[in-house]
Amino acid sequence: MLNLEHVSGGYDGESVIQDISFSVSQGEFFGILGPNGSGKTTLLKMISGLISCTSGSVQVDNRSIDHFSRKALAKKMAVLPQLTAHAFSYTVRETVALGRYAHHQGLFQRWTPEDERVLYTVMEQTNITVFQHQAVQELSGGEQQRVFLAQALAQQPGLLLLDEPTNHLDLAYQKDLLDLLKKGAEQEGLTVVSIFHDLNLASLYCDRLLLLDKGRERAIHTPDGVLSERLIKEVYKTNVTKYPHPTVAKPQMHLLPDKAECSAEAVMIGPSMLTIKQEHITLTSPIPLRTLSSGVCGAGIGWNSAFVNRHVPKNYDCSDPEGEMHDYLEKNGFNMGMTVGMMTAVQLSDAAYSLWEREHVSLFTVVTAGVGNATDGTQSVGASYPLTQGTINIWLFVNGHLTEEAFIQAVMTATEAKAQALRELDIRDKRTNTIATGTSTDSILVAATQQGETLSYAGTATVLGQLIGESVYTETKKAIERSQAG
Amino acid sequence: MSIRNFLKNNYVFAYVLAFAFLLVSMLTGISVGSVSVPVSDIVKIIGAHVFRLPIADQVDSTNMNIVSQIRLPRVLLAGLVGASLAIAGAAFQGLLRNPLADPYILGVSSGASVGAVATLFFNISIPFLGLYTLPALSIAAALITILLVLFFARRVDRTMRVETIILTGIVFSSFLGAFISLIIALTGDQLQQIMGWLLGSVSMRGWSHIGIIVPFFILGALLLLVNTSELNAMSFGEERAQYLGVDVEKRKLVILVAGSILTGAAVAVSGAIGFVGLVIPHLTRRLWGPDHVHLLPLSILTGAGFLMLTDLISRTIISPRILPIGVITALIGAPIFAIILMKQRKST
Repeated sequence: MLNLEHVSGGYDGESVIQDISFSVSQGEFFGILGPNGSGKTTLLKMISGLISCTSGSVQVDNRSIDHFSRKALAKKMAVLPQLTAHAFSYTVRETVALGRYAHHQGLFQRWTPEDERVLYTVMEQTNITVFQHQAVQELSGGEQQRVFLAQALAQQPGLLLLDEPTNHLDLAYQKDLLDLLKKGAEQEGLTVVSIFHDLNLASLYCDRLLLLDKGRERAIHTPDGVLSERLIKEVYKTNVTKYPHPTVAKPQMHLLPDKAECSAEAVMIGPSMLTIKQEHITLTSPIPLRTLSSGVCGAGIGWNSAFVNRHVPKNYDCSDPEGEMHDYLEKNGFNMGMTVGMMTAVQLSDAAYSLWEREHVSLFTVVTAGVGNATDGTQSVGASYPLTQGTINIWLFVNGHLTEEAFIQAVMTATEAKAQALRELDIRDKRTNTIATGTSTDSILVAATQQGETLSYAGTATVLGQLIGESVYTETKKAIERSQAG
Repeated sequence: MSIRNFLKNNYVFAYVLAFAFLLVSMLTGISVGSVSVPVSDIVKIIGAHVFRLPIADQVDSTNMNIVSQIRLPRVLLAGLVGASLAIAGAAFQGLLRNPLADPYILGVSSGASVGAVATLFFNISIPFLGLYTLPALSIAAALITILLVLFFARRVDRTMRVETIILTGIVFSSFLGAFISLIIALTGDQLQQIMGWLLGSVSMRGWSHIGIIVPFFILGALLLLVNTSELNAMSFGEERAQYLGVDVEKRKLVILVAGSILTGAAVAVSGAIGFVGLVIPHLTRRLWGPDHVHLLPLSILTGAGFLMLTDLISRTIISPRILPIGVITALIGAPIFAIILMKQRKST
């Protein structure tokens, strides 16, 4: 569809763009990225024929754009520039109808039924038919951008070029516009080439990306290939962290503010922050902790500063435990966005906890345990959802900086230690009479201050792993013995 | 739907109204004066001229002379000048995306004036052009002026903001005005002629002046009327127009040349009359919307009627003395200019 061969050029003989080559096939959504002044807009203007190349060539459908008349080119490609102010108040309909200009011939152009049909189709597609008789200026930025998109689509182009189409648009409008373009690319084979300012939007919508740096190609690849921390850092001169999108298999880049680390005071999580009441055990941290957990509320990976282990009666039965827990926590003044909540039926006064320290590694472990519902995890088919007294909730607070691997290994190490404690105490699964590996509803929380020393791993070969193993084993045993004694 | 929306979607109504306005202005213009001529006589006289109908005996021969030798050419000339300035203004405004662009404000009228005054002063007569030397040089001077104004405005500010263009126009107007003053100061014999022309008037010009302006009016108006879609596209910006398939450089030149032809010819026959090119397109756009396909023809009709009425006012308001027509247009136009400018500043 679009083919660039060693294209160089710019304004007034200055070579802003140097030796760019790439091809875009029909139906592809192609993104152009680069910092300010990297030549994105210049490149787009060269593709659209507004600026001519000093060397190399731009081809559309295997024909150099220099060989097209302006009208013929307008039927091949349309451009959606950034939104600008307009002097006169044309109606939406008049504005979109201008997109048919290239399809008209002769001195006095006549409006045909075909024009009317296209006009109607594109207004429907962009959802602007309702305000076709309103003045464009009366519309919001997002609606205006949709009007000009309709105008571009009315040209019936095979190729659509866009210059930061979502600039100045509200969040929802950004998504709507890009969804619309994506749909056009996927369903109607429209080829889309767009400049993006926002790396994350580009990653979400584009099939491939071109990364420009000072007018030169730095990378052309899938979003995953282009959005690497190293490349982005080199080109944009800033630190970013790459992270997968939570629900879409595309990478996202996150900025790292410089000040965040130094402004936070050093925090040491320990017994002094723990409050044990009859109703709940709470640990409140002065700073948000990086958390991996399986609670009722605030589960998964996140940042949390309050941790609640709530006592519920043995016969607690609720069709919506999450909602009920949510209400409970809110009623007790916890900020739901920053709180991990768990439940247990054991007496909270039986909780076991200690601060474990060795060689600069410091770990605070809290365990509540009941084994009335002990289960052998290897033979658990038919194990009941609880409600006899029995859940083992393990909290691990690490005073250090954990990598993601360390979080996962911490969970493994803790689980192994828990199983060992149950074996030592000869806790058995009542159904199978084999040694239990846990209960059927255990929860775990690993939280780290993300300050100080970086702890890359938490397997048993490391000091942290050893501390986790020993502390979980010890505290779990203590907690089970207490609850059995009680 | 508001009344304005209704109006904007009823172009038939717009044309009927504009034609009616033109007709009423014309008949009033011919009828009213030191000697009042009944409308029925006017119709008969014009009918006799146009359709070679026999003139009924009842028409007074004095009335006939007044109408065919004085009032009719005067009103027609006013109409042609008004139409030329209005459509030129509408085209300049669309091209420059600027509702304040007017041949007078852009300095084009001053340029044309310099051309005309120089022609009179040096008594230039180009062979073969004869009577058309004056308009030809006015048009040439107008075209050179608009090209220079745009060149300088672009040098000052690539985006050619409204204010930049206006300021550049003012600079050129002042500069060219100084030239005219210089020529006047040096003038001996032709003073009467030049001053009379400068004041801007359509009186005592007769049929010969109509003969001068008509070909240029037809040429200029046609050139603009075949570029209405292009003007629509270009009022969204030259870049966007090019994306839509408009050959911007070529069309821009055609429109500038056509605008200069119209302005130059109008100035050549009536002197510099300001603000018509501003007020009429603005009013037309307010009433019927900015679509140039209709804006240009409607501006022609309205502009013609407007200047006929203005001329009527100029010769009756302090009768028997005649007020220069440019005084009336400026009295109406300058405040409207100020209002548009204030609105523009508010919206940006």
